[in-house]
Amino acid sequence: MNSLILRTATRLLVALMLLFSVYMLLRGHNEPGGGFIGGLLAGIGFALYAIAHGTAAARRALRFEPQAIAMVGLGIALLAGLWAAMFGDPLFTGQWWFVGAGDDDKGLPLSSVLVFDIGVYLVVVGAVLTLVLGLEEEV
Amino acid sequence: MNESAAPEDRPADRGPGEAAARPAGAGWLPALLPAALAAAFAAALPTIAGGGTIRLAADWVPSLGISFSLLLDGLSLTFALLISGIGFFVTLYARTYLAGHAHLGRFTLYLLAFMVAMLGLVLADNLITLFVFWELTTLTSYFLIGFNHASAASRRSALQALLLTGAGGLALLAGMILLGGVAGSFELSEILARGDLIRDHDLYLPILVLVLLGAFTKSAQVPFHFWLPNAMAAPTPVSAYLHSATMVKAGIYLLARMHPALSGTDAWIWSLTLFGAVTALVASVIALRQTDLKLALAYTTVMALGTLTMFLGAEATVAVAAAMTFLVVHSLYKASLFLIVGILDHQAGSRDAERLGGLARAMPITAAAAAAAALSMAGFPPFLGFIGKELKYEGALAIASEPAVVATAAVLANALMVAVAGIVALRPFHGGRPRAPRTPREAPVTLWIGPVVLAGLGLLFGLAPALIADSLIQPAVTAILGRPETVKLALWHGINLPLALSLLTFALGLAVYVGHERLRRGLIRLEAGLPATADQVWDRLLDGLKALAAAQTRLLQSGLLRRYMFITFASVAVAVGVTLAATGAVRLPAAWPELLFKHWASVALIAAGAVMTALSKTRLAAICALGVVGVGVALLFVMFGAPDLAITQLLVETLVVVLVGVVMLRLPSLEQGARRRRGADIVLSVAVGAVVALTLLAVVGAPLDRAVTDYFETASVAQAFGRNIVNVILVDFRALDTFGEVAVVAVAAIGAYALIRGTRRKERP
Repeated sequence: MNSLILRTATRLLVALMLLFSVYMLLRGHNEPGGGFIGGLLAGIGFALYAIAHGTAAARRALRFEPQAIAMVGLGIALLAGLWAAMFGDPLFTGQWWFVGAGDDDKGLPLSSVLVFDIGVYLVVVGAVLTLVLGLEEEV
Repeated sequence: MNESAAPEDRPADRGPGEAAARPAGAGWLPALLPAALAAAFAAALPTIAGGGTIRLAADWVPSLGISFSLLLDGLSLTFALLISGIGFFVTLYARTYLAGHAHLGRFTLYLLAFMVAMLGLVLADNLITLFVFWELTTLTSYFLIGFNHASAASRRSALQALLLTGAGGLALLAGMILLGGVAGSFELSEILARGDLIRDHDLYLPILVLVLLGAFTKSAQVPFHFWLPNAMAAPTPVSAYLHSATMVKAGIYLLARMHPALSGTDAWIWSLTLFGAVTALVASVIALRQTDLKLALAYTTVMALGTLTMFLGAEATVAVAAAMTFLVVHSLYKASLFLIVGILDHQAGSRDAERLGGLARAMPITAAAAAAAALSMAGFPPFLGFIGKELKYEGALAIASEPAVVATAAVLANALMVAVAGIVALRPFHGGRPRAPRTPREAPVTLWIGPVVLAGLGLLFGLAPALIADSLIQPAVTAILGRPETVKLALWHGINLPLALSLLTFALGLAVYVGHERLRRGLIRLEAGLPATADQVWDRLLDGLKALAAAQTRLLQSGLLRRYMFITFASVAVAVGVTLAATGAVRLPAAWPELLFKHWASVALIAAGAVMTALSKTRLAAICALGVVGVGVALLFVMFGAPDLAITQLLVETLVVVLVGVVMLRLPSLEQGARRRRGADIVLSVAVGAVVALTLLAVVGAPLDRAVTDYFETASVAQAFGRNIVNVILVDFRALDTFGEVAVVAVAAIGAYALIRGTRRKERP
């Protein structure tokens, strides 16, 4: 689509959407959000970019093949699940570390659950973009 | 009758240059397995002869009452010894017979796999285990019959055998499940002890019919007899092994094994006696008509199977003893005769009765083995065949219900067997100058050792019948009848009716042998006058089945996507609607719920979007209107406290509009035809919507169990350190489910991508 307004606006919008998608991903454990929603947001952002600038530009901006992103995401999710097995817990049991936790401060919570959610995020981004870019190019 | 399936395993058919591909030596190695098994089974002889049994059991699927249990008693030991013993000679023989064949290794694998399956079948003490091995014999025999896969006739025969015995196997499975239910156990040893309970049960007749279907298809009883001669497309060692000595006897084994549980009723006696007698007679008449020695032998096998079935219908000890003795006799002489026909084919270049003659001088050992086997087959003393035949007559006369029918059938079938024995084993070797397509030479030892030993055993057991009477026949008869029995075998029974019948048999057989060429011409004329042979009926059945499949595919698979979707959604609407109406699950709320203006506004938005979608004139408008519906639903989610769901809905809706827009906008504009069909589509969508709404009402109307919700509300922060229950469930409590879902998403995306790319490659090469 050849529209100067759309192209100019998209540069700003896409950056905001990607930032917001990461925000949604990270806050998901306590507030509405999560890997799935974040992944959809990021996917829509790139889809918008593809509509404004063309799929070739979108693929360049993405740097990796969307299928590869989906597969890497799947691998990360699996590793997050296997991680629990290393500590003798059942598969996919959440593992938590509270970095710098003190008596009155619970510290920075890090977990295998977050890693798993990042995997979900990447799978959704990859799958959505595989379809969107594939359809845009081929149909 | 089966000219179309002329066997095609001539060793001369081998492709050029294949001989060099095979390293020589170690040809005897695979034969070690059957040899070791035979030795192990022979070691069990004293235990079995002493009246004992050996049982091994391990749990397999304990929750279904299925165990992997094996039982070695007289019946299974007789079969096991035949299977492993003949298996040894056949394996050895095949190494020479198919020497240099490119797929000899594969052949040996199939053969040994078949042997193991067959052993499992006769040793199984559990119905399900037995069935699994039963099916394995079907499969392995499919591979063996179709071994010459380049030949269309081979493939047809293999498929025919597979379909027919496979269908019988399905019937058998149904029968076994019924039987296990009635008897309350799948263990054979327990079922066999509850014969009276089974016979008095209402389901006895269905069980009997289903089990007999399995046994009759496997053991080639009329009208299922035609697959067995067709199976002669297999290489000769296979014919010798599967289609004479072992696999086709699986049905006989089943009948013998089930004897204590199912026998004794009128239905059992009549069906076995009649089918057996008809099979024996029909098969021996057709056997006379053949000139291909292998086919003639094949039909005598069918005849033998009929005889065995006939005698297993009886209750009398002597009849069952006759069946078991004849089983051993038949396995010994038939395996050696098949192997001898293979030798003729291999060494003299033909197995056509009319092209061979006077070969005894060139092939003395083979000729001697053939003579011994044929004399046993014809039932001359002092061969075991004579004892078997005398016992048969004695048994026939002892059958209480119809001694005349059984005795007549037995005499006629045996007389024809005398003639066939002469045709197969006498004519090629004796009489006149040597005639053969190739200069005959005596076979190597690996070829003749099997026939010689097997035929020799027929003579040895005839001279010393006590060798098998106590150790095999008596325990087997005991196992079949389910009560202790004493069986004595002897060559000389004194001058009695069976002896007179024997003499009558020889006279009749001689007369048929002398006049068999004229008889054959008459039979060929007769066959030409028949409307159709069983084989042709089978072809017509298969053609009919294919035509039916094609017709229903044309009817259902129109290839129009919109029709598929219409049918799918209509089925959903009807199925769910009928269920709702039948169960009366829908309870309309008693009072109208309190709704605010914003709720009404959302509902109005959704309704307006839906109407717009249905009525819009362009695709873009329809897609956008559909998006409005989704946004309205998302609004409802927000109002009722499901922000995660609302966000997801909104995002997915956005994506759908983009994706559908990309695809749909490339399609031609909505033309008149599509609009005309819109009426039916609108009716359908209203129906689906109504059904979904009613289902939701039914769900909401049912009392809500809050146990799970309460658990997650308390456990979410305490165990998973998260306040967003939805996401905590997704990534922690139900993480494995989520992992499965994202895997599906990834695979679906890649699959869709492959499809998209695939269409491009076709369009723009």
